[in-house]
Amino acid sequence: MATRGAEPTGGEIDRTTLKGGVQHEGFLRYRRLYWAKMAGAISATLIVAYLLIDIKPRPNGGSWFGYTLGTAGVLLIVWLAFLGVRKRAMTPGRWSLKAWTSAHVYLGLSLIVIGTLHTGFQLGWNVHTLAWVLMMIVILSGLFGITAYTTLPGKLSTNRDETTEAQMLETLADINRQLFDAAQPLEAGSAAVVQRAIDENAFSGGIWRRLSSRQQIGGTAEALAEFRARSSAGDSPLDTLYDRLEALLSRKQAALARVRRHLRIKGLLQVWLYIHVPVTFALLAALSAHIISVFFYW
Amino acid sequence: MADAYRIAIIGSGPAGLSAAGRAAELGLSHVLLEKTDHLSDTIYKYQKGKHVMATPNQLILRSDMDFDAGKREVVLGTWDEQAASLGVNVKLNADVTEITGDAGNFQIKLAGGETIQAENVILAIGTQGNPNTMRVPGGDKPHIQYQLDDPTEYVDEHIIVIGSGDAGIENALGLAADAEQGNVVTILNRSAEFARAKDANVKLLQQAGEQGRINIMTETTPSEVLDKQIMLDTRDGQTKIRCDRIIARMGSAPPRKFVEACGVEFASEEREAFPKLSPAFESTKKGIFVIGALAGYPLIKHCMNQGYDVVEFINGNTDLKPADEPLLEEKFRGLPGGRSVADWLEFLRARVTILNELSPLQMREFMLDSEVQFFRRGATIFEKNEPGSSLFGIAEGKVSVQLSEADPSLTAPIDQGSIFGEVGLVSGRRRGSTITAAEDTIVVEIPRMAALKLMATVPAAKRAITNISTERQLLQMFGSGLTSEDLVEVMKTAEIVNVKAGEAIINEGEEGTDIFVIRSGSMVVEKMVGRKPVFLSYLPAGSYVGEMSLLDGGRRTATVRAAIKSEVIKVDGAAFGTLLERKPQLLDRARRDMSAREDVNNFVEAKKDSFSGVVDMYSSVASFLVENGIGEATDVLLIDEHLCVGCDNCEKACADSHDGLSRLNREAGRTYAHLHVPTSCRHCEHPHCMADCPPNAIHRGDDGEVFIDETCIGCGNCQRNCPYGVIRMEKTPPKKPSLLSWLFFGIGPGPGEPDHDWIDANVADDTPKKAIKCDMCAGIEGGPACVRACPTGAAIRVAPEEFLSVSRLETEQL
Repeated sequence: MATRGAEPTGGEIDRTTLKGGVQHEGFLRYRRLYWAKMAGAISATLIVAYLLIDIKPRPNGGSWFGYTLGTAGVLLIVWLAFLGVRKRAMTPGRWSLKAWTSAHVYLGLSLIVIGTLHTGFQLGWNVHTLAWVLMMIVILSGLFGITAYTTLPGKLSTNRDETTEAQMLETLADINRQLFDAAQPLEAGSAAVVQRAIDENAFSGGIWRRLSSRQQIGGTAEALAEFRARSSAGDSPLDTLYDRLEALLSRKQAALARVRRHLRIKGLLQVWLYIHVPVTFALLAALSAHIISVFFYW
Repeated sequence: MADAYRIAIIGSGPAGLSAAGRAAELGLSHVLLEKTDHLSDTIYKYQKGKHVMATPNQLILRSDMDFDAGKREVVLGTWDEQAASLGVNVKLNADVTEITGDAGNFQIKLAGGETIQAENVILAIGTQGNPNTMRVPGGDKPHIQYQLDDPTEYVDEHIIVIGSGDAGIENALGLAADAEQGNVVTILNRSAEFARAKDANVKLLQQAGEQGRINIMTETTPSEVLDKQIMLDTRDGQTKIRCDRIIARMGSAPPRKFVEACGVEFASEEREAFPKLSPAFESTKKGIFVIGALAGYPLIKHCMNQGYDVVEFINGNTDLKPADEPLLEEKFRGLPGGRSVADWLEFLRARVTILNELSPLQMREFMLDSEVQFFRRGATIFEKNEPGSSLFGIAEGKVSVQLSEADPSLTAPIDQGSIFGEVGLVSGRRRGSTITAAEDTIVVEIPRMAALKLMATVPAAKRAITNISTERQLLQMFGSGLTSEDLVEVMKTAEIVNVKAGEAIINEGEEGTDIFVIRSGSMVVEKMVGRKPVFLSYLPAGSYVGEMSLLDGGRRTATVRAAIKSEVIKVDGAAFGTLLERKPQLLDRARRDMSAREDVNNFVEAKKDSFSGVVDMYSSVASFLVENGIGEATDVLLIDEHLCVGCDNCEKACADSHDGLSRLNREAGRTYAHLHVPTSCRHCEHPHCMADCPPNAIHRGDDGEVFIDETCIGCGNCQRNCPYGVIRMEKTPPKKPSLLSWLFFGIGPGPGEPDHDWIDANVADDTPKKAIKCDMCAGIEGGPACVRACPTGAAIRVAPEEFLSVSRLETEQL
């Protein structure tokens, strides 16, 4: 058997092209793009209708067509927001969250058409446009999410290489323990260098630091450079110790890099939700304001 | 030396203690011999505060000792107190080495040299056995111990641990865990590898070795124990090292040898066999009685009842009805015939052939596990494709087997005295045909565990079941109006062959015409293309292979090897060929089966030149899955890591569907080419977890799922036996506040499994831990929660033969 985890040479099996219960089929391709077609058809119909129906004096949210679009949009938004409840309420029954996600994605995208046509392209500095802007932010963050969900899982899996997050952290702790033991014979100055390497963990730095893929220079890298220099000088009675420290430090370096990559990919898979979800709530609030004020005008 | 005792009881566990209590109460002269310095060592060795269960609930306790479910300390305390107040004559530290003499005059030799005389002996020594001891000069020195209770009590000592099993490694790690204790720990291993221990333990040990916390000496045996030193034979010669204490963990010898040396016969050579016993628990050696786990009853209540009963029997009370009488009465209630319990037992024993050789006592125990059912003429007993692994014996009446799904009138009869359902028993697969009652029928339904026990205890029953099942499997597989008469010649050549995992039964390019029928386990078919084996198909139990070279002549076109340990029926090709000539229908059918296989062969041949990455990939993915136990799975959770975003909603959904505890670990487990097999139950054909469950709480359910019922006593055997690590021992947390109150007010831990602190804070300290595992969401509408709750479609549950089919490969080619 070939080396595990390695990317296969030649054409990779695209399991998602298959239908039926025994094959993997992702949420984007669910039921041969059923919801994509549905959303596409809805959007196309609405665009054609918008162009054909001549609303006087001009297309407006307050016309009969505008109200129809608005009502449909609001119902859709509320239903889309219910995905959060559906996901967490593990009730019995013949439902599948994959189907919900698929519908959520494509119908959510069709909101771009529904919502924008509803505005009649009358945008301005008011609460109504605020609702439209918030909606667009939610949809764009969702698009980011779809991109992340399509591109990142494979990388997460490859980086993990069968180890769990807990095991990765355990490995780090274990190397730290060995570094600590190995550094005992060192004098205070060198011991402090090792200590700085031990103190470096995968969680340091803020959110941007975590999500960026830039290599970080920390205590471990510095200590590694230091002891690598010393062991290649090769004139100290402590040379074997330096070799061992060098080996341990480079192991720590590699382990740290893997945990950081893991946390970064996990972070990217989640970070958009911190926009998507709160802005959805803001959108619901703005929508309420929009609807109430519209009825006030009426 | 004192006069002979009327009864000597060996072993002070629940059975022995209860027997001694009864003897004391009746005023019989008795002695209770216990090899350790405390009563009931097995329960004494439970961890502190462990909750001891009292199953089966419906069984009434009949003993002078009290027993109820509760903490280890309470149970032991009650017994100590009652043993004293009843005036039980206990002799502690009395290790019996030999029993000689005959009924009325037994000599019981103790390790110290003392001999005790008794008229009757009750063996209640359980099945744990004695630890193997050191047999080198100085092997009896006082600083050698065979157990380690608390590794923290030793400081600044040079300690040698002997033994390469888990016990030895765990002890060594425990002693070296805290550097502050200042122990110098050395572990000795006779061989170069630690092959008998769990991987995790070996890894920890090697790590400790690298760090210098433990000295590991492989290929080393002790040759002499001195005071303060030990002489060792190493690969490089003898050496002497300092040694203050020796902890020898070299396994234990099962007690069978000792019991046989006493003159007691066992029912068979099988490892699972129990001693042959009369209804009064008397063994083949007159005057020696066997009760408790050694007699095949591992549960405390059974043991205690037997202790009471056996003393009553010895005391001449032959009319005593066993305590399980009401249970049996309940079983036989409502059946036509209105017989007494004893009559029913005799009726079934005499009528069902495979039960003929059971003793009345075995029959009684056997019926406690089994059920008797009455079916009116025409009623369905089970349907084709129903899951089920129990065996049926016909006590009265007749049943008919439906041979064809299309035409239900096509049937074959099975007569009174015979058995059916054996295919499910052997292969663990679904039922092969529908069986209905041909007339009013009484059947005994024997659960798989009881049937296996029966086969181990009664060799004749084993032979009968094997023969019938072989013949039926052939009949069922080739169908087409074949009768058992047609098979006579073929059956003569049929031979059951055990195949180890990975071993080939057919090699590509070889001559040979034998046909193989897979009885249990599964096989994979491979073909060499270039230098690489290409996975062609997966054959579950119940299929046959090898017909191609018989029909077409020529050499074998592919290699067939066992995916897991399997059993096949080997049928001589010539004999089968003759049968084919006589039965054109059968020949047609074989040709049809073969053409499907040829298609696959041709497909691979055609692709050979443009041998694509796809075929290669499919082949290696299939091999990976088989390596990971998919070969013995009936249903397995697979995650496509191209789709898995790591949200763990599968785990959360699992927890929320099952008392707040998740039965799967998404992240753990093996991965190949982004196909991940998470740590979750595979619902094996022959579940390893079922092998040793004292209350028999693990079953296969209606949808093929393997589940643990509420009679679980929390012993942890199943967890240890599962090779895939999918069983957890946990306390059941209380119900969580509702989802909405969490969503809006932040009350409770939210969806998914609560963290340990929350569970600890919300359950009582003495809540017993129970074994939990995936039950495939049986009884939950919509099916497995993990799959339903996956937002991206990464999780699916599949049967291996569907996932590993070549049709898949062809679709993927398109």
